[in-house]
Amino acid sequence: MKILVGIKRVVDYNVRVRVLPDGSGVDTDGVKMSVNPFDEIALEEALRLREAGKADEVIVVSIGSDAAQQQLRTGLAMGADRAILVQTDTALQPLSVARVFRALVEREAPGLVLLGKQAIDDDNSQTAQMLSALWGRPQATFASKLVLEGDTATVTREVDAGLETIEIDLPAVVSVDLRLNEPRFVKLPDIMKAKRKPLDVLPFAELGVDIEGDLDIRRFAPPPQREKGIMVEDTATLVQELKNRGLI
Amino acid sequence: MSRVLVIAEHDGEALNISTAKSVTCAAAIGGTVDVAVLGHGIDAVAAQADGLEGVNRVLAVNGEHLATPLAVNWADEIVALGADYSHILGPSTTFGRDLMPRVAALFGVNQVSDIMEVTGPTAFRRPIYAGNAIIDVETPADTRVVGTVRTASWKAAASGASAEIERITATSAAAGHTRFVGMEAEGGERPDLQSAPRVVSGGRAFGSEEQFELLYRLADKLGAAAGATRAAVDAGYCPNDMQVGQTGKIIAPDLYIALGISGAIQHITGIKDAGTIVAVNKDPEAPIFEVADIGLVGDLFKVIPELEEALG
Ligand SMILES: Cc1cc2nc3c(=O)[nH]c(=O)nc-3n(C[C@H](O)[C@H](O)[C@H](O)COP(=O)(O)OP(=O)(O)OC[C@H]3O[C@@H](n4cnc5c(N)ncnc54)[C@H](O)[C@@H]3O)c2cc1C
Ligand SMILES: Nc1ncnc2c1ncn2[C@@H]1O[C@H](COP(=O)(O)O)[C@@H](O)[C@H]1O
Repeated sequence: MKILVGIKRVVDYNVRVRVLPDGSGVDTDGVKMSVNPFDEIALEEALRLREAGKADEVIVVSIGSDAAQQQLRTGLAMGADRAILVQTDTALQPLSVARVFRALVEREAPGLVLLGKQAIDDDNSQTAQMLSALWGRPQATFASKLVLEGDTATVTREVDAGLETIEIDLPAVVSVDLRLNEPRFVKLPDIMKAKRKPLDVLPFAELGVDIEGDLDIRRFAPPPQREKGIMVEDTATLVQELKNRGLI
Repeated sequence: MSRVLVIAEHDGEALNISTAKSVTCAAAIGGTVDVAVLGHGIDAVAAQADGLEGVNRVLAVNGEHLATPLAVNWADEIVALGADYSHILGPSTTFGRDLMPRVAALFGVNQVSDIMEVTGPTAFRRPIYAGNAIIDVETPADTRVVGTVRTASWKAAASGASAEIERITATSAAAGHTRFVGMEAEGGERPDLQSAPRVVSGGRAFGSEEQFELLYRLADKLGAAAGATRAAVDAGYCPNDMQVGQTGKIIAPDLYIALGISGAIQHITGIKDAGTIVAVNKDPEAPIFEVADIGLVGDLFKVIPELEEALG
């Protein structure tokens, strides 16, 4: 069985993102870029499934500019067998990304597509659900546990009320949550080895995917700031302050 | 004119507060607002929905395969219902986030995620980058709007009205490839994190599951819900449904007390809409103090007992 894993290149989670003064976007100049943290978890899970003999091949996929090759190389260094860059300089919205994955599913016939539960740049949290709908196959979002048994998977999902378990038939789409696993660290020799692994560049136009229905992003603004607070010396003053404000 | 359909979130017995908040957002779009209650044996829930102020009609859709909110089953039904609507909204809770993008894809549109403000019938404001930027987006002309409502940004619609209930038998069929197995709810006696007016949250500083009891005791004394950081959840000090933040719950209590929490952006984004934020941290440089309304530099193992005593 093949596993397809989505790898989005995003601003590193440690960066304090700033909106450009003219409201045209956020400042990404010289900013550290990384693999979307959820995608690292998705890849780790795919690798563990391969290591457990439940999958034969792990393919990492990124849709984006040439710069995303860097994140694909990271994926290869972690242990993916090969990589596909769907090359486009247009920032695609989730419906188009899902359509690209749909087209790749047609080519690669994976048993499982593992995506992150959300990309931490746009915080959309849509792609996995959309791919599942377009493909007509099961979706299991926000997975914190995944057990593969033959042609079915039992997935524990992190939902607001607690943990939900569902059973799905393969092939299927799973989006992963933080507690599914802890991704491995990449070792130097693996980085060297990754340089020799195949990375195919596929021009977006070759997939025959139409971009439609994009939301028009008009303006970026910094978030409203909270008013500056006060510091208190001790617990008694804190309690008094809360009482004064009618909070307790 | 806009016709908005709100997809109700419920557990088979009670309507989730996220529905009343979504109704308020729907009303801001203008036009009529209907609520769809899907499920099996849902008369009681439909009756709660029809009481919400501003609701024109409740569509109570009954189907055995809709008994649990499996997105694969619900989405098909919503697409059938949605034909007559210009807008379809769900809450941006795990329920809505699972379901609505699927509905959007079936309608061939992108979803507007986490609507925090409505600036026009097809114009919305939403946060990105863990709330570090806010964008104005416009949906393309002549397409259906599918969106999720950032519940922390909206007040719940009041109850007391009485709309018409239309009973409908589901027309969709069960997707055999996806089966509900079970639900393990952690929820105890404490108030619900997403609607409680007071929340006490703890971070990695607690050091153990046992010491998290201190937090629960304080929460109980205040009648507050208990929350946590990802670090505390990952360390196994408390259950995952307590996580507050970008990838946990986004909440807006009147009072939020953060104990031993550093204030990472991923956590802060979950509490930005709180009325008053209180932070207790032993490190005066902790970033949490930048957003706190009242800050106290101190050791939580000393401060919590003092608080308990002062509260009597
Ligand atoms: C993709 C992604 C998503 C994330 N999503 C979330 C999320 O939804 N929610 C979330 O919370 N985090 C999230 N995180 C994690 C986040 O980045 C931080 O790591 C986390 O919030 C830190 O938790 P903490 O404040 O408990 O721990 P720490 O950062 O370790 O802070 C502990 C604090 O306790 C203080 N302290 C220690 N001992 C005491 C004492 N005795 N008395 C008083 N103070 C003390 C310390 O000074 C310190 O400031 C996410 C991270 C990533 C990468
Ligand atoms: N441009 C992209 N390239 C590769 N994978 C992507 C891309 N965009 C989204 N994904 C995948 O879809 C997940 C959810 O993204 P989103 O729906 O944008 O929040 C991500 O975690 C990735 O796994």
